Amino acid sequence: MTLDEMKPGNECRVAKVSMDGVAGQRLLDMGFIPGTVISVIRNAPLMDPIDIKVKGYMLALRRSEAKGVEITPL
Amino acid sequence: MSRSSDEILVALAGQPNAGKSTLFNALTGARQHVANYPGITVEKKTGNYRFDGQKIEVVDLPGTYSLTSYTQEERVSRDFLLHEKPAVVVDVVDASNLERNLYLVFQLSEMGIPMALALNMMDVARQRGLRINIEQLSHEVGMPVVPTIGNKGVGIKDLQKAIDQISKDGSAPQTSLRLDYGKAIEPVLGRLEKSLSEDVILAARYPLRWLALKLMENDSEAHRLVSEHATNKEDILSNVARERELFQTEHEQTAEQAIAIRRYQIAGGIVERCVKREKKERRTLTDRIDQVVCDRVAGPIFLGGVLFLMYYLTMKIGGEHVAPWAWKYWSMLRDVIAGLLPAEGLIRSLLLNGIVDGVFAIMNYLPIFLILFLLIAILEDSGYMARVAFIMDRVLRAFGLHGQSTLPMILGGVVVGGCAIPGVMATRAMKDQKARMTTIMIVPLMNCMAKVPLYVLLVSIFFKEHQAVILWFMSLITLAVALIVASVLSLTVLKREESEPFILEMPPYHLPTITGVLRRAIERTWLFVKKVITIIVAVAIVVWVFITFPGLSKDRAAYCDDQVNKATETFMKKIGENNPYAELLAGPGLKEFGRYWDHYKKKKMGAKGKEAKEALKEKFSRENPEFFKIVNKGKGLDGEKDQYAKAAYAAYKKLDKKLKRLDTARRKEVVHVSFAGSFGRFLEPVSKLAGFDWKVNIALASSFAAKENLVATLGTIYSIGEEAGGTLADTMARDTAETWTPLHALALMLFVALFPPCIATLIMVRVETGSTKWMLFAAIYPIILGFIIAIMVFQGGQILGLTALQVMGFLSLFVFAILAATYLAGERSAMKKHRTVEI
Repeated sequence: MTLDEMKPGNECRVAKVSMDGVAGQRLLDMGFIPGTVISVIRNAPLMDPIDIKVKGYMLALRRSEAKGVEITPL
Repeated sequence: MSRSSDEILVALAGQPNAGKSTLFNALTGARQHVANYPGITVEKKTGNYRFDGQKIEVVDLPGTYSLTSYTQEERVSRDFLLHEKPAVVVDVVDASNLERNLYLVFQLSEMGIPMALALNMMDVARQRGLRINIEQLSHEVGMPVVPTIGNKGVGIKDLQKAIDQISKDGSAPQTSLRLDYGKAIEPVLGRLEKSLSEDVILAARYPLRWLALKLMENDSEAHRLVSEHATNKEDILSNVARERELFQTEHEQTAEQAIAIRRYQIAGGIVERCVKREKKERRTLTDRIDQVVCDRVAGPIFLGGVLFLMYYLTMKIGGEHVAPWAWKYWSMLRDVIAGLLPAEGLIRSLLLNGIVDGVFAIMNYLPIFLILFLLIAILEDSGYMARVAFIMDRVLRAFGLHGQSTLPMILGGVVVGGCAIPGVMATRAMKDQKARMTTIMIVPLMNCMAKVPLYVLLVSIFFKEHQAVILWFMSLITLAVALIVASVLSLTVLKREESEPFILEMPPYHLPTITGVLRRAIERTWLFVKKVITIIVAVAIVVWVFITFPGLSKDRAAYCDDQVNKATETFMKKIGENNPYAELLAGPGLKEFGRYWDHYKKKKMGAKGKEAKEALKEKFSRENPEFFKIVNKGKGLDGEKDQYAKAAYAAYKKLDKKLKRLDTARRKEVVHVSFAGSFGRFLEPVSKLAGFDWKVNIALASSFAAKENLVATLGTIYSIGEEAGGTLADTMARDTAETWTPLHALALMLFVALFPPCIATLIMVRVETGSTKWMLFAAIYPIILGFIIAIMVFQGGQILGLTALQVMGFLSLFVFAILAATYLAGERSAMKKHRTVEI
């Protein structure tokens, strides 16, 4: 399962970042490390991007980027 | 960069939203200098302070989350640290977000420069119940840690002391932090480092462990460094490629993943040991605000409200109240300057009408810009900007734009009446270079306030019954065209620009500080003034030359002068020699009275209500009781009637009309025979295709300096003169009745809507893109686009025999069909854009 499939209000754990290049590196830089807990807070008014909480801070990312994060739901 | 050897260079690094700018301001006070890094548009801020008599030069590096080579900001920071070799790096760290911030600390420390940590926003951390063991942290990261609260100035002295201490200890290794990358990576790093150390040049220039790490991360800049400087570059690079491949097959993850993971593991460990959470994590104020502000329904409504408020404060309050108020002082200043110039002749005309008026026409907008920049600074500092991007991104990205394009577009005038200059300047906050360039290119297509007077003029003549519809049509059609253009540009000429993934931190809300906001707003306004004034002067001269020369022939000039003299003589005769006012109005007195008259008339028109009128009369009577009696139709302030003054009033009223008519006729003739006139006629055969005659061509050409000139020049050419606003449309309507149809008007309005940005905007495009090529592109493509649309409308309407409204209907259908197609195509390509690879 990937992060873009999560519904707001739920939590999950990062399995791995499966994207390479700049987007993949940025996700790693921002703390998408295996085991990290992510809570999905909300969707934007038009469903995209999504707003999540990771490592204690808030982050918005497009679904196309969220697709690059493999997760296991909690 | 030139700096004397006794200066100590300090670099300020840190992640975005860690309060780095605030700390920079607190450190350096007012002694700052803003420039760009050479060749790119990343801002370089430098400042300095003295400590113990020692001058410390501080460079504020761009805020970055990491130090890869993927973005301009990160490359700039890295290059600075590698090549300028500052004595100390101060990493500003958000105390309430320590883990992610440590990730950058580690990377900075690997560059081998002595470091200190400024543990900033301690108050926020405390508020969240985080207790940080400073000593322990300092021990773990192997560098001094100074707790600070930038916006309250807490800890600044301690930080300065720490910087001083580190710089004095000279080359002794201050930073004992050495990250252990673990069993999997360390051996590889060791092997690489060893092979790199065999290269003399590399070993002398770069920290080798850092270089080895970067090569393993597949960093393109590190590759470039090796292939540029290393003697046995093939060996090194093929070695790196082999090691990377080996690592990936062995560990089922890329080296860069393993490295990032390791850094976060170590950061997590340090946080666990140094930070105690005293309170359970609760919903913060930010969470509660976001629940409303980012809500599906309330969010867009709130955003609409904020944007409307900005528009209202700048364009309505700023444009209709503050700017006219400031204009009083500008025109006073202009009069002072006018007084210093030679009284008559070409030099005066050049200096006054060319340069001074050109500059003041732009300065008129200054209060509006200042208000705008204040509001933007507040939005930026508060943290709301990221939410705007969050809400709007879905719509805009389909056109190659970005959520962050919203504000620049609004400022440019999506709702009729903006200004492209602040719009272009506001793109500075955008990190996605491709979307940023696209935004810069389309902001000038919005409807700036200087385009509006022409719309209003033409609509009031040709579309009396449908005024509101036409204005709505204009804003929607320009928005639609702009979005289509954005999409086309981002898929063609801007294809190669760097694009960033949309991974945007939503920082906690902050109450902006007054000094922070003021400083930023004034900085930007000043940047604008500096850039624009210098170039506007040059352009103003050119435009002035074009519409002034070669000027009237001697005979015609003498004829015009003669006419004026005759009118004055008639006037003197009419009031008679025995009129006691005759002497007062003779010679230079007449000119002075003329000014008084114009001034009074203007004020009287503006005065509303009985009280204001009385106050005005009193003021003017005090200024000159004799003149006042004349302009007040023979009545003094006390109501006493004076026959002679009344006679003078009647006679002057006639003279005034006559003189203004003569003046207009003369100006019209000057323009007609000018270079601009010849140019306009020269272009007429082509411009006729869109329905523009030579007069319109001149007006369009003159609007290049500033769009305000458009209506003014049309006014001059169509003998509108300086009569009151109502007659302006009437005169033009009468003048154009035979030759113009609503179709002409529509074609012209559309052309103006898409017409190239004014010179001041182009200057800002040059500043923000850092490229003359893009500035020229921004100037030329709208001419072609506008001309094509104008021809389509004009010829299409004529050939098919449609009315202007019908053409509008068809054009709307056509444009919105393309828009819809573009949106769908953009959506599809956005989905495909990011390659997902299985590793």
